[in-house]
Parts: sequence; structure tokens; C-alpha cells
Amino acid sequence: MTATAVVTGVGVLAPNGIGAQEYWSATLRGESGIGRITHFDPSRYPSRLAGEVTGFSVRDHIPSRLVPQTDRTTQFALAGSDWALADCGLTADSLPADARGVVTASASGGFEFGQRELGHLWGKDPKHVSAYMSFAWFYAVNSGQVSIRHDLRGPTGVVVTDQAGGLDAVAQARRRIRGGTPLMLTGGMDASLCPYGLAAQISAGILSDSEDPTRAYLPFDAAADGHVPGEGGAMLTLEDARRARERGARSYGEISGYAATFDPRPGSGRPANLERAVRGALADAGLRPDDIAFVLADGAGEPESDRVEAQALTAVFGPEGVPVTVPKTMTGRLYSGAAPLDLVTALFALRDGVVPPTVHVDRPATGYAIDLVTGSPRPVDGDAALVLARGRGGFNSAMVVRRPSVA
Amino acid sequence: MSAFTMEDLFRIMRECAGEEEAVDLSSAAAEQEFSVLGYDSLALMEAISRVERGFGVELPEDTLGEALTPAAFVDAVNAALAGRTPAVEAAG
Repeated sequence: MTATAVVTGVGVLAPNGIGAQEYWSATLRGESGIGRITHFDPSRYPSRLAGEVTGFSVRDHIPSRLVPQTDRTTQFALAGSDWALADCGLTADSLPADARGVVTASASGGFEFGQRELGHLWGKDPKHVSAYMSFAWFYAVNSGQVSIRHDLRGPTGVVVTDQAGGLDAVAQARRRIRGGTPLMLTGGMDASLCPYGLAAQISAGILSDSEDPTRAYLPFDAAADGHVPGEGGAMLTLEDARRARERGARSYGEISGYAATFDPRPGSGRPANLERAVRGALADAGLRPDDIAFVLADGAGEPESDRVEAQALTAVFGPEGVPVTVPKTMTGRLYSGAAPLDLVTALFALRDGVVPPTVHVDRPATGYAIDLVTGSPRPVDGDAALVLARGRGGFNSAMVVRRPSVA
Repeated sequence: MSAFTMEDLFRIMRECAGEEEAVDLSSAAAEQEFSVLGYDSLALMEAISRVERGFGVELPEDTLGEALTPAAFVDAVNAALAGRTPAVEAAG
């Protein structure tokens, strides 16, 4: 029988809360972390809002030896990994180093670090470029630094599929658990709220230019007009369920189904493939649509993408067939960090029997026929939830999580 | 240009590569190997480039590569400073 992968530890950094419990409490209260960018002066940019993580003390969480060689993105990944490992209750030496691995998602790498050092290169000369530029801005840097810090010498890697990567990385970690690795750290963190990172997102033409934090990111709303970028994400520990049970570990739940699809090229006239990802994830989990208590949607906040997602959901679940929510409306889109954070949200929502709302959306677009949870949290009863994540360039990923089989 | 001191080196190491939690960069550390103090080759490359910029000197890679301890590193920098000619400085 194939090994079951369960989530035994979580570490969260989100714009509306640092730490899993703080994030979850704020999310149930509907507290948004979106505001005008403070990390740098955004006045010269057409989009000036973001979900910033506030109050993260580098000095308190990152060893001084690592500070000069890490971007904020990596500092988040290191802190989140520390917390997830502490949460799962395994000590550093309880498993051999090659029995533990790490797979993260990355959408940008260490952009702020890269921007600063490229500034040195062209503004001064090559001698002023940090030696750590050789890795600090790479996509793979979070997996690398986490691997070194915790001596994770098992399977290691990075997945780069924009926002879908958050699920793709967790799926890859699950594959490694099934292959016999006892412990995998996984998830994603992005923190590219620097001029270069913002310019890159603006050039894609999908950021909102609203100045009103309550009107800028409105997925599935009639007024949807782009999204707000955010920073942060979540790291998770995945373990073989049998081993976790044997050591008496607490399980938040199981990663029970996954599928990924790719969209046809724009203009081809062929339909998007999100529905196929949803059906694939359900089939992989051995569940029917009726078994899903709620859906955490990708919620692009862009009319065409919202329409495609609503169509996929109504095709599988029927019109208004399942509660759908987008807690990202409180954080902005976190790129590779978004879906791991949604997985934490889904597991906590199953545990507590309550789904957080999609905030700020007060006029859902007509014709979508989805049951969007707005206003306040909604009680739910069920064992399984679906998380969707879509990445620019055509990536569709769907993941099913289930409550722990023995509470 | 004044000589390069151990204090200069430790300050630069702290600035550009931080300090291991269990390590105290003090005179006792002068004879310990960089690897024991938690500094890898990249940390040393970073330190070398800071010294070059701050002290207006070119440090040959092979000379520094043989400096395994802070004391040897300081000696190598001072040797380079002593042997420096104005022409090299201007070209640097």
C-alpha cells in the first residue's frame, strides 16, 4: 500500500499574522494586511498597495552569520522552517540526515538582494558585488539554505510554476514520502516587494492600480480589476502517516489528492484545463465532489481568470454546489507562498469546522453561480477540502486535504 | 596607509559574513582556522573584496588561499600593503 503523507508541523508568515495561530485568528476575524507599501517609496509606481509582513524581527529569528547572505524571502523560509520543525516535535537528531529532505516552491527568488547587488555592479564596479550574489537570488536558494541549516540531506529540490508551485512542491514532497523518505519540509515563501519585484509584476499587467485597500483585490466581484501583491507563505512538515502515528505526532491532516494540468496557448480557442485538474485531484483522493466541504479558490481577481475558475467549479460541483472562499483577499497574492498558506487554512478550517470569508467582495459578478463565502466566517461540516492554485503561463494545480482519520 | 589589524579583520568579518552563535571573534580566535570559526570560502571572498575596497590594495587570490587563520590573513594583507607600489594603486 502507498504511504499516506500527513502534515505534522506548520510555520506561517502572513501579512495579517506572523505564526500559524496569529494568522488563523486574524483570518477568522476578517483582518486584512493590505495597505500602502512601506518597504520603499511606491509613489512613482502605478500600483502602490501590498500585503506586507510587519513586525518580523530579523535579529530575533535569523542567525547573524546568515543575515548578510540571505534575501528577505530566504529569511522568511528559514524562520517558517524553524517553526514548522519545532511544531512537528522532531528533534534534529531523531532521524538520519538522509531521511529528511526539502522541496520548496519559488516564484521570484531573492529579488531585493539581486536588485541591490546589480545596482553595485553597474553603479560601482564588480568588486562591490557581494560574493553571496552567487546564490542568494536564485530560485533554489530557500531549499538550499533550509537544507544546510537543518542538515536535510535527503531528496531536495525547487519547483518554479508561479503561484501553482506552492501545490506542486507539496505534491513533490508527498511523492518523496511515498518513496520512503520519512520527513519532508515543503511549502513556499516569496517576498519581492522591492522596486524590481513590483516592476516585474506591473509589467504583467495584472496588478490593481486602486489606492483603496478595500477595493483593490476583489476576486469574483463585478468590479474585479487585478490583484494586490503580498509577501510571506507557509512551510510544512510532511511525514509518513504510519511513522508519525508511531511516534505519537499530532497530524493536522492528510495530503490526499493532487493533479496538475497545463493550459493551451492563448488564442488557440481550446478551453482551459483547470476542470481537469480538479477532477484529477478528486480521483487521486478517491473522493466524489459531494465529499468536499469547501474550496479555497485561486481567485485571480481578473475577470477572465475568475470566469474560467467559476466555470470549472460549477462544472464539477454544480451551480452554487460548494462553499468557495478566497482568504487571500486579506493578504494579497503571495505567489509561491499562497497555496501552502491556503493548505494551512484548509486544514485549520476542517479542524475547527469554520471557513474564513472572502473579504471586501460585496457585489459578486452575475453569472458565475458560485457560493462565495463573504462577510463573515461560515460553519462547515466535512472531512475534506479542495485548494486550487493557478500560475501565470498556464499552470493549474489542485490539491485535496483531509482531516486526520483519528482525531 | 596604516597597517591592517586583527580588529579591522574581525569588524569586516562581522559586517560581511556575520558571526556564528557559538563563536566569539576576539584575540583568542586569531590562531583558529576560519572553518572552525564558521567561515567558508565565500565568506573569505567577501572579506577579501571588502579589504581591497577599504584599504586600496590588491590581494592575490593564491596568497590569501593559503591564509587559513585570521592571524595569517592579517599578515598577508600587511605584506601586500607593504609591497604596494603607487603604480599598482593607481591601476587598481
